[in-house]
Amino acid sequence: MKPAPFRYEAPRSVDAALALLGEDAKVLAGGQSLVPILNFRLARPATLVDVNRVEELAYLRRRGGVLRIGAVTRHATLERSDMVAQRWPLLRQAVRHVGHPQIRSRGTIGGSCAHGDPTAELPVALTALDARFHVRGRAGSRVLDAAEFFVSHLTTALRDDELLVEIEVPALPAGAGTGFAEHARTHGDWALAGAAVVVAPGYASVALLGAAPTPLRAGEAEAALVAGAGAAEAARLAGALVGDRWRAALTTALVRRALEEAGA
Amino acid sequence: MRISVEVNGQPHDEDVEPRTLLSDFLRHQLGLTGTHVGCEHGVCGACTVQVDDAPVRSCLMFAVQADGRSVRTVEALGDGELHPLQRAFHEHHALQCGFCTPGFLMSLEPFVRDRPDASDEEIREALAGNLCRCTGYEGIVAAVRQAVRERR
Repeated sequence: MKPAPFRYEAPRSVDAALALLGEDAKVLAGGQSLVPILNFRLARPATLVDVNRVEELAYLRRRGGVLRIGAVTRHATLERSDMVAQRWPLLRQAVRHVGHPQIRSRGTIGGSCAHGDPTAELPVALTALDARFHVRGRAGSRVLDAAEFFVSHLTTALRDDELLVEIEVPALPAGAGTGFAEHARTHGDWALAGAAVVVAPGYASVALLGAAPTPLRAGEAEAALVAGAGAAEAARLAGALVGDRWRAALTTALVRRALEEAGA
Repeated sequence: MRISVEVNGQPHDEDVEPRTLLSDFLRHQLGLTGTHVGCEHGVCGACTVQVDDAPVRSCLMFAVQADGRSVRTVEALGDGELHPLQRAFHEHHALQCGFCTPGFLMSLEPFVRDRPDASDEEIREALAGNLCRCTGYEGIVAAVRQAVRERR
C-alpha cells in the first residue's frame, strides 16, 4: 500500500464525474502516469475520480471524414483499429511507441493528453494532425486546439472542474503521407526527442517531441516544405528551434527520418 | 469498499481500502504470492497479471478497479504440469533467480497464443516491458521463440 489515503469515486457518466470534480480532486483514467505519482506520494489528492467506468467516453468513431476519440479509449484499442491505421496512420505509428504492451492495455488517449508530458507521443501526433480537444465542465463546454490545450510541462488548459471528453481529428489532406520517429535510451522508455509529420501536395505539418514544454509545431520547416524544400533542409530548420546542440542534432535527424518515411 | 472479483476462475468477495494496489491485494489478501512486486511504479513488469485477458501492471491498478473483472495470475498457468511457455523457460535457462519470471510469463502468454507468426524482433518488442537483472535476455528470447514455434 503505497499511496496516501484518498476518497475513491467511480462515476458511470460524464455528468456524475463533473459533479465530483473540483479543487483537490484528481481524475484517474488509465493510471499509467498518475498511479506512479501517487505511489511516490508526489501527489496526495483528497479524492480520486475514476473515469474507467464512464463507458460513454470509450469509443472510436468516424463520421463525415472526422475521427472522434472518446477520452477513455485505451491505447491498445487505437493501436488495433484498422480504420485508424488506414485513415490516420500517424496515430498507429505513434501509439506503438507508447510505453509497452502492458501500459497500452490500460493507458487512455485522454489521459495521455491531460497529463501534458511534452515527451509523450500521442499529444505530438495529435498536434501534427490539427486535433481539437473537447472539454466539459459544470459551467459548459469548450473546444481547444493543441496550441491552446497544451500550456506547459505537465500543464494543460483543463480547469479543476473540467474533464477532457473527446479528441476530434480532421481527415488527412488528399495524397498525404505520414511519419513518426523518436529516440529513447531503451525501447519503451521516455523519448528524448522525436517528430510527427504529415506531408501532402501543397501541405506540410511538422510537430516536435521534447523540443519545448509542449508539443511544438515547426512553422518555418512546414512553409519550406510547401515551397518545395527537401527533407534535409526542412529538418535543419526544425532542429534550429531546439536550444542545446546535441538535442538539436538529434531532432534534425529524427525530423528527416520522419519526413522520409512520409515520402517527402 | 466491498469488491467482487474473479481470480483464476474463483469468485472472491473482499473488503479493500481504495488505496490498496491490485498487486498487494493479490499477495496479502488472497495469498497469491506468485505475483512479484519489484519497483512498484510501473517500470520493471514483475507484477504483470492479466485483467480481462489483457496483460497489465498490477502495481498501477487499485484493487477496487478490478471490481467485477476477471484476473489471472501466474498460479493459473499449468495444471499439475508446466505450461508450454514455462517448460520453454526451463529448457532454455530463461531464468536464474526467477524473481522476474511470473511477470514475463503473464505478459507473454497471450502473445504466444495470438502470434504464432512472430519474428524475433516482435518477440523482443513483446518482452521489452519486463526487466530481468540476472540471465540476460538471450535465453528468454529463445524460450519464447520455441513456445511460439510450438503453436504453429
